[in-house]
Amino acid sequence: MDNESTAVVFEDFSFKYDAQSEPTLKNINLTVRRGEKIILAGPSGCGKSTLANCINGLVPFSYKGEMTGSVRIFGRQTSEMSIAELSRYVGTVLQDSDNQFIGLTVGEDISFAMENDCVDQDTMKARALNAAGEVGVADHILYSPQELSGGQKQRVSIAGVLVDEVPILLFDEPLANLDPATGKSAMVLIEKIRREKNAAVIIIEHRLEDALYCGADRIVLMNDGRITADLPPNEMLCSSYLNINRIREPLYITALKYAGVELKPEMKVSSVREIELCGEDKAKVVRWMESVPAPEKKPERETIVSLRNVSFTYATGKKALSDVSLDIKKGEMLSLVGKNGAGKSTLAKVICGFEDSTEGSILISGRDASEMSIKERAMHIGYVMQNPNSMLSKTMIADEVAWGLIARGMSKEQASKRSEEMLKVCGLYEYRNWPVGALSYGQKKRVTIASILVYDPEMIILDEPTAGQDLGHYTEIMEFLKDVNSRGVTILMITHDMHLMLEYCERSVVLLDGRIIADDKPENILTDRDIIEKAALKETSLYELAIKCGIDDAGGFVGTFINDDRRKRGHE
Amino acid sequence: MNNFFNYIDRPSPVHSLTGATKLTCLVLWTFAAMTTFDTRYLGFLIVLGIIAFAVSKIRFSDIRGTLLFTMGFMMLSAIMLFIFSPEHGVEIYGTRNVICDLPGKYALTKEQLFYQLNVILKYFASMPVVILFVSTTQPSEFAASLNRIGISYRIAYSVSIALRYIPDITKEYREISKANQARGIEMDSRKISLMSRLKNAAAIIFPLIMSSMDRIEIIANAMELRRFGEKPKRTWYSARPFRAGDYICMLLCACLLGITVILIKINGSRYYNPFV
Amino acid sequence: MKKTPVVTIVAVGIGAALFFVLSRFVAIPSPVPNTNISIQYGFLSFMAVLFGPVAAALMAFIGHALSDFSFGWGVWWSWVIASGVAGCVMGFAAKKVNLADGKFGGKEIVTFNVVQVIAHLVAWLAVAPVLDILIYAEPANKVFVQGLTAGVANIVTTAIVGTLLCFAYAKSRPAKGSLKKEN
Ligand SMILES: Nc1ncnc2c1ncn2[C@@H]1O[C@H](COP(=O)(O)OP(=O)(O)OP(=O)(O)O)[C@@H](O)[C@H]1O
Ligand SMILES: Nc1ncnc2c1ncn2[C@@H]1O[C@H](COP(=O)(O)OP(=O)(O)OP(=O)(O)O)[C@@H](O)[C@H]1O
Ligand SMILES: [Mg+2]
Ligand SMILES: [Mg+2]
Repeated sequence: MDNESTAVVFEDFSFKYDAQSEPTLKNINLTVRRGEKIILAGPSGCGKSTLANCINGLVPFSYKGEMTGSVRIFGRQTSEMSIAELSRYVGTVLQDSDNQFIGLTVGEDISFAMENDCVDQDTMKARALNAAGEVGVADHILYSPQELSGGQKQRVSIAGVLVDEVPILLFDEPLANLDPATGKSAMVLIEKIRREKNAAVIIIEHRLEDALYCGADRIVLMNDGRITADLPPNEMLCSSYLNINRIREPLYITALKYAGVELKPEMKVSSVREIELCGEDKAKVVRWMESVPAPEKKPERETIVSLRNVSFTYATGKKALSDVSLDIKKGEMLSLVGKNGAGKSTLAKVICGFEDSTEGSILISGRDASEMSIKERAMHIGYVMQNPNSMLSKTMIADEVAWGLIARGMSKEQASKRSEEMLKVCGLYEYRNWPVGALSYGQKKRVTIASILVYDPEMIILDEPTAGQDLGHYTEIMEFLKDVNSRGVTILMITHDMHLMLEYCERSVVLLDGRIIADDKPENILTDRDIIEKAALKETSLYELAIKCGIDDAGGFVGTFINDDRRKRGHE
Repeated sequence: MNNFFNYIDRPSPVHSLTGATKLTCLVLWTFAAMTTFDTRYLGFLIVLGIIAFAVSKIRFSDIRGTLLFTMGFMMLSAIMLFIFSPEHGVEIYGTRNVICDLPGKYALTKEQLFYQLNVILKYFASMPVVILFVSTTQPSEFAASLNRIGISYRIAYSVSIALRYIPDITKEYREISKANQARGIEMDSRKISLMSRLKNAAAIIFPLIMSSMDRIEIIANAMELRRFGEKPKRTWYSARPFRAGDYICMLLCACLLGITVILIKINGSRYYNPFV
Repeated sequence: MKKTPVVTIVAVGIGAALFFVLSRFVAIPSPVPNTNISIQYGFLSFMAVLFGPVAAALMAFIGHALSDFSFGWGVWWSWVIASGVAGCVMGFAAKKVNLADGKFGGKEIVTFNVVQVIAHLVAWLAVAPVLDILIYAEPANKVFVQGLTAGVANIVTTAIVGTLLCFAYAKSRPAKGSLKKEN
């Protein structure tokens, strides 16, 4: 069955890590042809990265284990090839764009593979520049990684595999840390490469709607080490597989289902731009919109944090915040969005006193923050950093949570009592004596939140609470936060996830180059072309759906969806 | 650019030398300056160093910080030196010309002064090349240079990785310690006892180490996937070709070391002795 | 993580970077010049146990040299070399102590500390002073006092920080089948 057009073939393939007792991949059968684009989705820990590593050779060369069945690349058994040999066929772009950027400058990193092949310098520089051009970083060739945004770093990584002219490209969660617009252009770039190089492309991604932006030939779903479905997008979206495997379906699909529209593959459902709705379907959508009751208004609440003309400049001379004024009300759940490098994390750090604002004033529950130490501010505002690993200092979960209290002079008994209560609230109680290392990313994230919540601050700031999480963990974390919020804690979330912003926030603040350019209801922001353009956001597919159905009040339509969605998920 | 090694980008003849040359010169020059105690020669080296500075277009303002730091450091160790062995000069030069007596067993002797003068001169003689090296060598060229002067490219690349990730790890370290302060864990405050300070320090660097372990794994994979270590040698994107200037400089510095050796022969020891 | 040659190379690089960062930003000055109560040796001992003598020697040497460079006054080669030696000797604990599978009990703690004490004694009471005398012709009693202070300080730091790190790391590796939900 192999011919030169079949790039990858898995046949009854199973794999078990030596460290594991159960196989992680269970009789996988999968064929990918040249020029095909495949999206691989599935819950966290189901084996997607492992599958990718079986193609690029990290399994078994870096990760030992038992294999049965076969993987063939262009007809050759991978087990008979060296990882170096494989790398001439398979280019891999990992999720972590920071740690795979190995060179000290863009040029060096792109040339890394060529350096290892002892290509002479002139050829190398020419090819590197060429590859840089293809991904649009040619004019950054001398930059160091610290000077690049997440999106640019990722483009460099892509260029780094392009220099090899590989026929197979693997992307492991390429969108996780990118702002929506950058993610969009990344997908466009990948599509361009696929077409020009007629490459076989395998994309592992949780954000299905964004991954589908440029279409795909097939969506492959995995669950617990097995391939559970392998269908073209149109069929997949009409099937129930996504829900069964807990993959988040595109918003417009959900909306259409709520509206009672019956979806069929021939309607080209995989793209909101091409989807074909008959008049009667559109009518259904309109009727649904009218049927949903508007939500009750929340009363005005007192301000707990207020910034006035705050500016901040880093030691490097980089002005990250300029003239920011913002009022955060008690009990709010609001999101802070904007492109990579807009200043979101910086703003959080300035509020928490990690960095001292250079101009302007900050009031924290009425007090002037400038005379409060980091520690004092932390009593009011907790900051949960993006990477849980950089917050976990103790090995046992219980200790981790109790630690902050003990450091604050609380007695051991009291502290452990408080923290046990906290662990119960966070659904971590039964893990209390587990080493942190044994937890999943989502669980670690909750431990860090718990360790902040334990000295009940009035407000918590979370940096990217759900980056790279599957729907399961996403819901787990967000429902937990919603619960916390309902107990009166103000929550500020920094996020690139437009779903999250729509589903959970009643207010969004948009940053651009350190300035606030919008502060409004999410539905209004995500339907405002101008702001979307400027702030590198991505307009929600609901907007296009509304237009399609001839609804002028797109904002209202999105609002409707959110209310109905909250109600429905509430009932679940 | 990652600027811990304050690279100053201001094209000059010194900048145009390859890193390999500068590294070789650094080693030769420092050993020349460190082994000799010949005052005249040290003086000569200092002048030479200052000339090199002029050529390199490095301004005094660029290095004031380092200079002051070094001064302070030298003062301290000069005092130390005197406290610990006020008679070291005497031992070396064999004569004892007391200038004035000091309390206790201490006395200020010409020999001691002269010896300590030499020590200070040695600093000044070797400092310029180090500052020059640090401020005129691009970090990205450094690894290539190491490999060029015969160090295995694998080790050279470790250095490159270190330079690459120092800024990232620094940023992470700062964030972690801030986060811990927020939770009430102090580390460098002088208030608390050494023991608990060290404990807190451990607690702060633990997360740093854990995430570094992840880093190591990911970086290693990324390198494997791009064929690092497949061949016995590798080429370097940022390597620079040797020019006449490079060979001349290395020759010159070799001579400097040579002179040191010759002087040792002439003086019969590492010391130039004006007292006999 | 399997210890391929590449992993070791990266470990050296990252280890050196951490060594640098710790010595640049966490150094607590002690009364004696160019000696610090520096926790980087605690960290070094930990890495040495994980990655062995060669890697540890290299990361200490590179890290120390880089930080000297970045201070700008010149590289104090004798002490840079001494750091390398310390790392190398510490690395021999790796044969006896195996952190990766989560074992760091009394026996290991003792081995670890015996080795680290020897390592520091060799480095700061033999290598560093002797080189100081050979290269810089410094008076013996000065360099030995400096070596002694540095050595003692580092032994204490390593005993506390290093042991804590190894212990924490070992504990963070779940022993297979040890995890049960409790109610
Ligand atoms: N090096 C390893 N040694 C032992 N087990 C491993 C190793 N790497 C992964 N596993 C296990 O294999 C399973 C699948 O891991 P994998 O990383 O492939 O999941 P994934 O689908 O990529 O999840 P995510 O979406 O979170 O990246 C997990 O249960 C994980 O614990
Ligand atoms: N420690 C620092 N020193 C100097 N400049 C910094 C530092 N941290 C961030 N910056 C710069 O400040 C700007 C804002 O950075 P920030 O991390 O706040 O962006 P962000 O909105 O959080 O981006 P992302 O969405 O990628 O997290 C960026 O241009 C960044 O390069
Ligand atoms: Mg994965
Ligand atoms: Mg950020």
